[in-house]
Amino acid sequence: MKPIQLLRARRRNGHWHWTDIAAYAYLGLGVVLMFGPVMWLVLSSFKTQASLLEFPPSLLPLSQQEVRVEGFPQPLPLFAATLDNGERRELAQIRRIGLIAQMVDPADPKRQYRVPTARLAPVRHLSFVTSNYTEPLQKFAFTRYLWNSVFVTTIATLITLLINSMAAYALSIYEFRGKTIAMLMVIGTLMIPITIILVPVYLVITKLGLVNSLWAVILPGAATPTGVFLLRQYMLTLPRDLIEAARMDKASEWQIYWRIVMPLAAPALAVLAIFSIMWRWNEFLWPLAVLTRSESFTLQIGLNAFQGELQTQWNYLLAMTVVSLVPVALVFVFLQRFIATGIANTGMK
Amino acid sequence: MIDLPDGIGLQAVPTASRLARLRRSGATILGAVLRLIDRPMGLLQRLIGERRMVYVFLLPNLAFFSLFVFVPLAIDLAYSLTGGESLFPSQRPYVGTEQYAYLFDCGSFFDPASCRVDHFWRGVANTMRFTVFQLVSMVTFSLVTALVLNMRIRGRGFFRAVYFFPVLLSPVVVALVWKWILQRDGLLNAGLTMIGGQKILFFVDPGWAMFWSVFVSVWAHMGFYTLILLAGLQAIPADLYEAAQMDATPRWRVLVRITLPLLWPNLIVVIVLAMIRGVQTFDEVFVLTGGGPGTATLMIVQYIYETAFASQVQNFGLAAAASIVLGVVLFLLTLAQLSRTRSAS
Repeated sequence: MKPIQLLRARRRNGHWHWTDIAAYAYLGLGVVLMFGPVMWLVLSSFKTQASLLEFPPSLLPLSQQEVRVEGFPQPLPLFAATLDNGERRELAQIRRIGLIAQMVDPADPKRQYRVPTARLAPVRHLSFVTSNYTEPLQKFAFTRYLWNSVFVTTIATLITLLINSMAAYALSIYEFRGKTIAMLMVIGTLMIPITIILVPVYLVITKLGLVNSLWAVILPGAATPTGVFLLRQYMLTLPRDLIEAARMDKASEWQIYWRIVMPLAAPALAVLAIFSIMWRWNEFLWPLAVLTRSESFTLQIGLNAFQGELQTQWNYLLAMTVVSLVPVALVFVFLQRFIATGIANTGMK
Repeated sequence: MIDLPDGIGLQAVPTASRLARLRRSGATILGAVLRLIDRPMGLLQRLIGERRMVYVFLLPNLAFFSLFVFVPLAIDLAYSLTGGESLFPSQRPYVGTEQYAYLFDCGSFFDPASCRVDHFWRGVANTMRFTVFQLVSMVTFSLVTALVLNMRIRGRGFFRAVYFFPVLLSPVVVALVWKWILQRDGLLNAGLTMIGGQKILFFVDPGWAMFWSVFVSVWAHMGFYTLILLAGLQAIPADLYEAAQMDATPRWRVLVRITLPLLWPNLIVVIVLAMIRGVQTFDEVFVLTGGGPGTATLMIVQYIYETAFASQVQNFGLAAAASIVLGVVLFLLTLAQLSRTRSAS
C-alpha cells in the first residue's frame, strides 16, 4: 500500500471521522513502541564495546575510520581537524600528548600538524561489528547453552506430542470407566502451576537422580493439560465412521491411533508443536531452580547469569540475546496465523 | 489388515530429485520404526483385550501428571507441616502449623515491617500493587487495541502482528531489551537529556522500578489479551452494526450499547487471566530489577524461589507454606474463572 493511496482512502461516505485519524495515530505509535525496542537491541548488538559506552548513543552502529599511513606500522584513527587558519582537513592521529594531538596528513605523510584535541572530531562510518557474534562462540559456553536449549526444546516437544496425543485420543474416542476422573485430573493440573510446587518437584527430580541433567528440565513439563485439551477438542470432530471401519478391518487400537487419528489431527498437532517450542525455548523459573552448573544451563539461564555479572559485557550480551531471538522470530514470521488462531480458540498460551 | 493412507509419505513418488529420495529413505526408516511399535502394541491388545487398551493410552500422560503435579502437591503440604533443613520429608520433624504461624506472625498485615517474615509480606504487598496496576493498564490497552484493530483499517494483519509479536519473546529477552533502553546511559535517558531533562536512574527509584515492571509486563503480554478480545469482537454479528448505522447512531453509543455488552464474556476472561498471571509474576521483573531497589519489586514467587533455592539456608518448609498460600489464592481465582466461563457459554 503506497502512502499516497492510504491518504486518499476515504470512508464510504467520503469523510474521515476523527476516530479514524486517532486510530491510525494509535497504530503508528504502537509500531514505534512495539518494534522500536527490539530494533534498538538489534542495532546495538552490532556496535563496538566503545561505542556502546558512548552517551548520548548513536542511532546506527558507527565506528571510527582508520587509515594506513606510509611509515606507520599500525592503522591510525582518522579525525576531522580544524587547523589554526580555520581550514578543515581530515587527519590521522599519531599520538596524543595531553591536550595536544600530533596529526599527519594521510595524503602527504611528510606534513605533520599539532592540533588541540578540542578541535578534533572523529570521522566515523557505518560498520556492523560481527565480532560480538563470533567471539562469544569461542570465549564462553555459549554454544553449549545453545545446544542445551535446542536439545531440551526438541526432545520435550516430541514427548509432549506423543503422550498428550495418546491421552487426547483416549479421552475423545472411547467411553470407559474412570473417564470423568481422568478428565478431572487434566483440569486439576491446569490449576496447579509450577510456581506453587517448585520445591517438591525439585525433590522428585533429586530422587530420580536428575539434578543438573537436561532431563530435569524436560520431564516435569512434558505432560501439558493445554495440549490434551487442544488435541481432544480437535479429535472430537473427526468422523467416527472412519474409526469404526478400521476396527471392522481388524486394525488394532494402536494402529487406529497412529495411522488414522494422528495423520488426521496434524493441524492440531502443529499448533501444539508451535506452543511447545515456544514454552520450552522461553522457559525460565524451573530451569533456574534446577540447573545450578553452568554446563547444563539453557540459553535463557545463561543469558540471565551473564547479565547478572558485575561487569556486564553488553556487546556480547546483546548479540547473544539477538541469537536467542532468531528461532522465535522465524516461528513468528512463518506461523503467526497458527498461533493466533490457537490462542483465540483455547484462550491459552 | 487394511491398507491405510498413512500420511507419512510411504508411497514412492517417482521424482528424480535428491530431496525426494532423501525424504523417501527417511520415511522408509520411520515406517520400519513404526511397524516395530505396531507389533508389541498388537500383542498387548490381544493380552489385555481391546477395551482396556484405553488405559494404555492414558497411562503415560497421567503418570507424568501424578509424578510431577499431584504427588508434589501432597509433598508440598508435608513440607509446610515439617521443619528442619533436609530436602527429604522422612528426615524432617513434624511441627504442625508452626511454619504458617511463623509466616503469619504480623503486628499488622498492612505493614510488612511489623511481620517476622517481612520479605514475604513485602512480596504480598508488591504483588498486589503490581497486579492491580497491571490489570487496569492491561485491560485498557488491550481493549483499545482490539477495538482499533477491529475497525476497517488498512494493513490490519500487519498491525495485529506488531502488537502480537512480543508475546513470543522470552521473559529474559523482554527484560534485557528494556533494561538496555532504561539503563543510566540508555536510549531513554539520552532522549530526556536531549529535551533538556535530567538523567533518571530508573532502577534506583522504587516508584520508577515498579512503573517499568508494570509497563514491561503490559508491553510483553498485551498482544495475547488483544487477540482474545479481537476474537470476541469479530464474533459480534455484523447486522447489529448495520442496524445501528441505519439509525445513524453515534459511534460512542454503538460502543457502549452494543460492543461492550456483547464483549463482556471475553472481557471477564481477560480480567481473570490477567489477575492469575499477575499474582504469579516473576521472570520479567526478576531479570529487569532483581526485585530491587531493596525489596521494592520483590514478588511472592521470587520470595518462594529465593527462600528455597537461592539463600544460604534453604528453608524448604517456609517456601512450601508460602506456596500453599499462593496456591489457595490461585485456586480461588481459577474457580472464579471457571464459573464465569461456564455461565458465559
